[in-house]
Amino acid sequence: MIQIPGNDIFIALATWTREIMLSIGLDPAFIEIVMAFIRALLLGTMALLVFMLITWLERKVVARIQDRIGPNLAGPWGLLQPIADGIKAITKEDTTPNGADVTIFNASPIVAGVAALLVYAVIPFGPNPGGECAGAPCGPMAGTEMSIGLFYILAVGAVSLIAVLMAGWSSNNKYALLGSFRAVAELLSYEVPQVLSIAAMVMIAGTMSMTQIVEAQTVPFIFPLFITALVFFISGIAESGRSPFDLVEAESEIVAGYHIEYSGMKFSLFFLGEFVHAFAVCAVVTTVFLNGWQGPVLPPWIWFFIKSFGVFFIMMWIKFTMPRFRIDQLMAFNWKFLVPVSLLNLLVLAVGDTVLKTVGITREASPWVWGMILFAANLVLLFAALWALGRSARKSRLIKRPIVARTDDVKPAPSPVAASN
Amino acid sequence: MTLTHIIFIVFAAITLLSALFCVTTRNMFHAALYLVISLFGVAATFAMLEASFLAAAQLIVYVGAVAILIIFAVMLTRGGAGSLPAERQFNTQAGLAAVVTVVTLFILLRVVPFFNYPVQDAAVPVDILTQLGHALVGDFVLPFEVASVLLLAALIGAIYIARERRKGEVEG
Repeated sequence: MIQIPGNDIFIALATWTREIMLSIGLDPAFIEIVMAFIRALLLGTMALLVFMLITWLERKVVARIQDRIGPNLAGPWGLLQPIADGIKAITKEDTTPNGADVTIFNASPIVAGVAALLVYAVIPFGPNPGGECAGAPCGPMAGTEMSIGLFYILAVGAVSLIAVLMAGWSSNNKYALLGSFRAVAELLSYEVPQVLSIAAMVMIAGTMSMTQIVEAQTVPFIFPLFITALVFFISGIAESGRSPFDLVEAESEIVAGYHIEYSGMKFSLFFLGEFVHAFAVCAVVTTVFLNGWQGPVLPPWIWFFIKSFGVFFIMMWIKFTMPRFRIDQLMAFNWKFLVPVSLLNLLVLAVGDTVLKTVGITREASPWVWGMILFAANLVLLFAALWALGRSARKSRLIKRPIVARTDDVKPAPSPVAASN
Repeated sequence: MTLTHIIFIVFAAITLLSALFCVTTRNMFHAALYLVISLFGVAATFAMLEASFLAAAQLIVYVGAVAILIIFAVMLTRGGAGSLPAERQFNTQAGLAAVVTVVTLFILLRVVPFFNYPVQDAAVPVDILTQLGHALVGDFVLPFEVASVLLLAALIGAIYIARERRKGEVEG
């Protein structure tokens, strides 16, 4: 029995695969290329399996929230529903509208799907065990370990914007174009608070690498970075275009937005892009704020999925509880609330962390004291922000729409019939 | 020729060809997309040089910029951003352009070999990102701050132009 560093099933499988390839006399450099491809394949497959599972999960949860049962005919608890949906999507007619820009029209769903999958390359599912397995480094338990992990997530997140624009333009449909214009406004705007919250994370963790951020969490970062977590989560929901921020597809206003002309598998790819992106947001929230893979007893990757699905449940809960924003509300919420709050938050965190460091309370030395003091600062800022928001909302209600006595507000004269009685 | 050479040539070809198509295509939307591909190629080149931060920054900045560009192209041009067959694509200064290009190329070919570029055959330091951060707020803090003041000025200018005029105020 070989001793496996990290005692992890995936590391063991990787070691085994490497040994097989070594035993048939392959070049070690070539083996590393093969292993990279296997890793990419596994991650992609994982993302697609998760996609199938969360489509089912979302339909079940929305059904329960709306007091229904949800899919229950295909397989036990309707678990085979995603497969039935997949077969249906494949057999649908593939339509292309007249006057469409065919190349771009066909390329756009692929770009959307790929852009969403790219995020998974940097999400760590477990600790890097270090050491050597069959003559090569054992880890990492991620697609790749990048020093710019968080920044990379921002970069590939921007790519889905281009996919939406491509779809909207090439469909030769005014609703599709309107949807993609909204997408540009929404996605670019919500990138600002997202970047600001990522700046706060990097400032506190002192690194952009996803693996190192998890290892830096002596206390779960949800406490010292409470507002950052909220802002990142909200702007993440907006970036993946989910309700209440689904202005991009808003069925009741612009029919279905950019994917109005797509049918069958091409539509499914957009659908996949949205769900995979949403789950990626949850995975990043898990990694950065909820201690990532760390947890007792169970293997790291199981902890990772438990936490990610927990965050995804909150996302679904929000989606099925909140009505959709109006476009001006969406913009005002971002620029007049999220951006100032995250700027202030950045300031509070920078000052707080420095002050605590000078009195000797650091993340490494006394994590819980450090975390709780910053948590308290966060709460103060949060309540101040909410108080200011409520005040300005009341003010705008009173000033912008003054209560004017209606000119027709007079009681109707009593009818002669009633008077005679 | 190593694998790195081949990958570099592929990405260089993608960058240059899509840059060429960007200016020769008659469809404005296609031109914008070719621009995205070309900038992707540049990002890939940065990544190959192990400047992954620059590569990601390139993507973030330019993908958003091109998205805005597409919107302008759609909203501010006659007949949308589709094909414009009636427009002339090239000006009549081809002869002058050729002369300038040949002279510049000649000068560069004579000048460039005289420069002695410091080349190190060493691995890129692992913690390059931290070094970049320290440099930005250390040695290069003045240019960094000047750039941010410039952006702030642009921001204020945009707000001034776009703001709602009060009653009786002259459109300025």
